[in-house]
Amino acid sequence: MATGSKIQLEQFKQGMLWLLMLLGALLMGLPFWVMVVTSLVKPDEVFQMPPRLWPDGWHWENYQRLFQLAPMGVYFLNSVLVSVVTTVGHVLCSAMAGYAFSRMHFPHKNKIFFVFLITLMVPPQVNIVPLFFLMKTFHWLDTYAALIVPGLFGAFGVFMLRQWFNGLPKELEDAARIDGCNPWQVFWRVALPLATPALAALAIFVFLGAWNSFMWPLIVTNSDNMRTLPVGIATLKGSFRDTTDWTILMAAATLSILPVIGVFLLGQKQFMQGIMAGGSKE
Amino acid sequence: MKEFSASETRWAWIFLAPCLLGLLIFTYLPGLASLGLSFSYWNFLGVPHWVGLENYAAVLNDPLFWKSFGTTCWFVLVSGILELVLALMLAVWLNRAIRGQSFFRAAYFLPFITPMVSVSLVWGWLYDPSYGLINWALQQAHLLGRPIPWLYDPKTALWAVVILRVWKDIGYNMVIFLAGLQAVSPSLYESAYLDGATSWRVFWRITLPMITPTLFFVGIMTLINGFQTFDSVYLLTQGGPEHSTELLVYWMFKNAFEFYKIGPASAIAYILFMVILVLTFVQWQLRKRWVLYEDET
Repeated sequence: MATGSKIQLEQFKQGMLWLLMLLGALLMGLPFWVMVVTSLVKPDEVFQMPPRLWPDGWHWENYQRLFQLAPMGVYFLNSVLVSVVTTVGHVLCSAMAGYAFSRMHFPHKNKIFFVFLITLMVPPQVNIVPLFFLMKTFHWLDTYAALIVPGLFGAFGVFMLRQWFNGLPKELEDAARIDGCNPWQVFWRVALPLATPALAALAIFVFLGAWNSFMWPLIVTNSDNMRTLPVGIATLKGSFRDTTDWTILMAAATLSILPVIGVFLLGQKQFMQGIMAGGSKE
Repeated sequence: MKEFSASETRWAWIFLAPCLLGLLIFTYLPGLASLGLSFSYWNFLGVPHWVGLENYAAVLNDPLFWKSFGTTCWFVLVSGILELVLALMLAVWLNRAIRGQSFFRAAYFLPFITPMVSVSLVWGWLYDPSYGLINWALQQAHLLGRPIPWLYDPKTALWAVVILRVWKDIGYNMVIFLAGLQAVSPSLYESAYLDGATSWRVFWRITLPMITPTLFFVGIMTLINGFQTFDSVYLLTQGGPEHSTELLVYWMFKNAFEFYKIGPASAIAYILFMVILVLTFVQWQLRKRWVLYEDET
C-alpha cells in the first residue's frame, strides 16, 4: 500500500510539473501572439484596457499602411538577397578550407590552421570601425558588397566541416582519384555531397546570423534602397515622434519573424540537429 | 623532413585561398588597424596621428566608462546565471519521455531564431507603462500596486533587458544541454535508481558531472555573447535612462558613430577584447578541474 500511494504522489508531482512547463511554454509564445494580435487591431484600440489578446476584427489595413509608410518590400528583398548569397558563399568557402585542412598535406599546415583559430577569439565589434572605413575606401558603403562580402568568411564553419571530413571514409575519394578526377572534382562530386548534413547545419547558422544581423547593416547603409529588414524596422520605429503606432510596428515585426518561424517549423528536425552539432562539436 | 607534393600543395592553396584572404582582409587587417587606432587621435577626417596611451588614459578616467563596464558585468552575470540554471532545469525535465516533448522543445526554442530587433520591438510594447501587457497582468494578479515604468526607470530598465535576453536565449542553451544529456549512458541512471538514489541526488552525482563539458561550452558562449549585446539596448533604451543600460558595445558604438571619437572607441573595443580573452582563458583553466568526462573527439 505504501508504495502504491508513493507512486500516486509521484504521478501527481509529475503532472503538476507538466502543467507548469506548459504554462512556461505558453508564456514563451505569448509575445508572438501579442505581436500578431496587435498588428490586426484598430490603431486606437491599442490604447485600451485590458490589452487585447484577441482581435475583434481583422484589420489588414494596418499592413497596407505599413507598406505605404516604409518600403517593406525593398527591405524584405534586400534581406533575402543578402542572407541567401552570404549563406551560399560562406558555406562554400568554409567547406573548401575545411576540406584542405582535413585531407591535404602542405607545408606550414599547423601554422595556417592557427591563423584561422585566432580569429575565433576576436569579437566582431572590435573590427567594426576600421571595417567601416575599409568599406568607405572601397566605395562599398551603401552597396550590397558591404552587406555581403565581409560576412562570407569565418573560421567556425571551417572547423566544423574539417571535423566532419575527418570522420568520412577516404575510400570513395581514392576511387574517384583513380578514375582520373582532379582534387576539385573529388571535392565537388564526392566529398561535398557526403557532407550535406554538416553543410545544412552550417547553412542554418549562417542564414540566421545574416537574416537577424543588425549592427553591421545599420552602420554601412544609409538609403532606404539598401536597408535590410532589421535596419528598416529600427528606422521605422525611430520615425515615430510623439505617439508610437504600435499596430504598424507589430505588423513590421510580424513580417520579419514569420519567415523564420516558417522555415523553422518546416525543417525543425534538421534545425535542431544542426544546432546540436554546432554546439557539441566545439 | 617530410616531403610535400608540389601539385597537392598548389591545390591546397587554391582551396584555402578564398577563406584565408577573406580573413586576412576583413578580420586581421581591421583588427590590427583597430589596435593602431586605439593609440591614435582620429575623427574620420584627415590622417590619424599617434597619441600613445592617451585614449586608454581618457577611457579609464571616464566615470561613464566604468559605469558602462559595471553595468555590462552585472548584466552578463545575472542574465548568464538565469539562462544557465533555467535552461538546465528545462533540459533535464525534457530529457525524459514526456507527452508533447517536441512541442515543448520547439516552444522554448522559438525565440532564439527570431531577429533581436523585431522581438525588442515586441517587448518594448509589452513593457509599455500604461498599455503594456506585463504591467496589466501583474496588476491583475495583485503583484503590483501601480504600474512600473519598466524602460523609463534606471532601477528597472536593465532588468527589462535581462528578461528579454533570458527569454530569447534560453531555448538555445536548453537544446545544447539536451545534446549533452542524451550522450549520458542510461545504464548509469538505472544502476543509481536501483541503488535507491533520489532524483535530486542523481542530478548532483551523475547528471551534472557527466555534462560538465557541455556546461563549460554553454558557459563560455553565454558569457561572450552577453558582453557583445547591442541590438536590444539600441532598440529598447538607447542606453538610458541615466546611462543605466549603456552596455559596453553600445557605449563603443556611440563613441565611434555619434561622437566620432575613434581613438577612445577603439580603446574600448580592445578593452572588451581583453576582457573576453581573459575570461575565456580563465574558463579554459577551470575546465581542467571541472570537466570530468571529456569525449575523445
